[in-house]
Amino acid sequence: MEKLEFTLPACAAPASRGFTQSFALCGVVASGNLEVLVGAGAAASVCEISVTTSARGFAPIWQALLSEFAAQNPAGGTRIAINDMGATPAVVSLRLGQALCEYLGAER
Amino acid sequence: MNAALPGAFTPAPSFFEATARQRVQQLLDAGSWREFLPPPTLASSPHLAALDMPGAFDDGVIIGAGLLGAKAVLVAAQEGRFMGGAVGEIHGAKIVGLLRRALAEKPAAVLLLVDSGGVRLHEANAGLIAVSEIMRAVLAARAARIAVLALIGGSCGAFGGMAIVCSLCSAVLMSEEGRLGLSGPEVIETVMGFEEFDARDRALVWRVTGGKHRYLMGDSADLVEDSSAAFRQGVLDCLGSQDTAPATLASLRATQKGLRARMTRFSSCRDGSEVWAGLGISAPQDVPLLERDALIGLKKGLPA
Amino acid sequence: MNAPVSTPTWDSRRQARARRLHRAESLGLARRVPAGRSVALLEAVIEPGDRVCLEGNNQKQADFLASSLADCNPAVLHDLHMLMSVLALPSHVDLFERGLARKLDFSFSGPQANRLARLVQDRRIEIGAIHTYLELFARYFVDLTPHVCLIAAHAADAAGNLYTGPNTEDTPAIVEATAFKSGIVIAQVNELRESLPRVDVPASWVDFVIVAPRPNYIEPLFTRDPAQITEVQVLMAMLAIKGIYAEYGVKRLNHGIGFDTAAIELLLPTYAAGLGLKGKICTHWALNPHPTLIPAIESGFVESVHCFGSEVGMDAYTAARPDIFFTGADGSMRSNRGYSQTAGLYACDMFIGSTLQIDLSGNSSTATVGRLAGFGGAPNMGSDPHGRRHASPAWLKASREAADGKAIRGRKLVVQLVETFREHMEPVFVERLDAFALQEAMGAELPPIMIYGDDLSHIVSEEGIANLLLCRNPEEREQAIRGVAGFTPVGMARDKRAVESLRERGIIRRAADLGIDPRLATRDLLAARSIKDLVRWSGGLYAPPSRFRNW
Repeated sequence: MEKLEFTLPACAAPASRGFTQSFALCGVVASGNLEVLVGAGAAASVCEISVTTSARGFAPIWQALLSEFAAQNPAGGTRIAINDMGATPAVVSLRLGQALCEYLGAER
Repeated sequence: MNAALPGAFTPAPSFFEATARQRVQQLLDAGSWREFLPPPTLASSPHLAALDMPGAFDDGVIIGAGLLGAKAVLVAAQEGRFMGGAVGEIHGAKIVGLLRRALAEKPAAVLLLVDSGGVRLHEANAGLIAVSEIMRAVLAARAARIAVLALIGGSCGAFGGMAIVCSLCSAVLMSEEGRLGLSGPEVIETVMGFEEFDARDRALVWRVTGGKHRYLMGDSADLVEDSSAAFRQGVLDCLGSQDTAPATLASLRATQKGLRARMTRFSSCRDGSEVWAGLGISAPQDVPLLERDALIGLKKGLPA
Repeated sequence: MNAPVSTPTWDSRRQARARRLHRAESLGLARRVPAGRSVALLEAVIEPGDRVCLEGNNQKQADFLASSLADCNPAVLHDLHMLMSVLALPSHVDLFERGLARKLDFSFSGPQANRLARLVQDRRIEIGAIHTYLELFARYFVDLTPHVCLIAAHAADAAGNLYTGPNTEDTPAIVEATAFKSGIVIAQVNELRESLPRVDVPASWVDFVIVAPRPNYIEPLFTRDPAQITEVQVLMAMLAIKGIYAEYGVKRLNHGIGFDTAAIELLLPTYAAGLGLKGKICTHWALNPHPTLIPAIESGFVESVHCFGSEVGMDAYTAARPDIFFTGADGSMRSNRGYSQTAGLYACDMFIGSTLQIDLSGNSSTATVGRLAGFGGAPNMGSDPHGRRHASPAWLKASREAADGKAIRGRKLVVQLVETFREHMEPVFVERLDAFALQEAMGAELPPIMIYGDDLSHIVSEEGIANLLLCRNPEEREQAIRGVAGFTPVGMARDKRAVESLRERGIIRRAADLGIDPRLATRDLLAARSIKDLVRWSGGLYAPPSRFRNW
């Protein structure tokens, strides 16, 4: 098991929408899957992410994937916690998108 | 059934496939769900952390309150995909706490959305104690005339300790996809051998433990389609008709006598289909492919 | 023997055949041979050094004859040269380990790939070549004509006519090559019948029939449980349908085996229909009767399907859809691997399938170190046939893109559909294929590449579509591949500016560029989410094997 912490620059979540709920949780901790918990963070300009993963040695991939996610989504002002059981980057990206969307209450 | 015109068939949202959170949302009146101890209130399982395994924010079960048909209910839903829905220390404590709360709140029912292989072996004694506490709490709720309903339609079914918990409930509701049995198929095969039970023969597993078999045997009060809407309707029907009188010594003796008779009657059967033939079903081989409504009709027509 | 030596002999094979038949006859073995005497028959009619074609592919297996041959005495039968579509059963490898056979020409060895690799390294087997199916069948008629073939049929009548039923598969090609070059044809059948539903092989082409103690084995290889299709596969299927199927108007095609393409099949009645593509794509197929194609057929998407083989549980369904499938007057389907491979090669505009590795030139392979597996028919499907002369809109559009509109011929679409990482975080995109390491380890003349880079037209990953047709030089091609390689080392080493410029030119297209919201990629889009849904779509005609049921 490995624990990773990231504080990444991100553009702030759109204020006009407003947060519809205190947290959002997507996914399940199961083989090849993960759960993503999104809640309020400390600063509007960053996205704080903590990852607990069963797979060791993939910190550079997490760093690259999460940096891209933070840069391309309105994730500023959020704190994200992840429990991972060896999900592929494709699944991680999909879950992050689903959880953030649900947290921001965006219309689908 | 909507399969009458095959070209028009579209599968309904599946209860079997949904996560525990989705099931609860779909089952209850819209917007009524209020989760107790939501993430990240609780720490993850210390036992799993000690084994260097990632835990889940809710330890694989969510508990809370909501309305179903405008009636107040308390709900626990297990997440079968997290460690096979197995009961650990925190997981079990959440369910026990919910059942104890029922004693004070007197809801119309406590709904247990069971999806579990039983005790979480990683948590050993803590898990075993947790399951026995759930059993005691179910009986305490029933003694207080609160209906406790077990809904079984997830991928893990209800096995081991959770199968016992289900059997202690006021009623069990199953979909065809659900399974109920004390020892899981793999356990039987491992202990008794491949010749005794081939756990990879999924059709056999369902003929012996699946929802249709449990319904025909009377272990499940109703058989519902694999959708949250069907489970919701099943609960409503059950709440309308449920006799909440707690068990008496006489009623338990009668149940025990019935189970003994059933064991004698079917002890030589090797397969669910042989049991069905014994029940008087003339074409037992067709049972697995029957749609739900047809099976309900079939059971009604059986000799008492 | 008093004829002058100079007089040529033109019927030595026929004389050899008579000699072999006479040996069998002297043992009291004529046309119908009891199962208990199969070894005696094989030892009588096969001679050391013979080329023996043993029928067996990734579906149907002449398994009784295979184990009978493996039980023969190596002192009597040795140095056999085996010709086999697929080396699949343990008894197939036993032939070499017991010293009965020495040389092998084949196409695929999936389940036995590890044992086979060890035999090669121990120099206990000589590999002629690893062919494609079509290539191997072709050589039966040129320089690898069998002396004896051992085949599987469903039933025989008293005269020796054979009924192969829906699983006809390789039988016609094997029998024709053997029977018409003075070879000996031995068939195992599941049963004898007074009269056959239809005659697939006439009695005069068959020498011996044995009723096997057990029905021949058939692997349900093309059954994919929709329950196991992931959201990522749904997303890639959406990308493929909107970005390739719709874009080129692909009507005639072949799908590889796997969950990625099963997802596409299950999105046709839902997502593709929603895009108005019914009747515009996926009307004609060279494909096994995939259970996951049932919803598309029932929705009226499909006009015709010709099959390489059948699929366990699909016989009643195919028989009830004679407008779609090729069926005999008796009602049952007839498959034919040789013809269907030809159809996939020459009459289809697109092949789409999956692979384990893709390199920076676009070469792809499922070969991994320690396994000698081959590729069966995939290289036939996944190659641009230069012999094609008839045009179609998809074929012409592909070639216009590849040659700036100056093409004098068309071009097949060959698409690889891959998630950037496989399970256990194995990257699919690699600098160097394992195939090259395997070539060195085996001392082979060629690296085992499934689809050559120059045949590949598109790659679809969860990150988007790379259109290799539009690349104008190897550098662009490399960046286009890196540009859909996600967070693999190959993907992270991309030149970001070059990739963005390829995206502006439409060579790389992301989900957003195609107007696809990845969050909509859920399993709810699948027309069937379980095997039971497929049974319902089929109106109860599909009878899945019990291992796929949960009812």
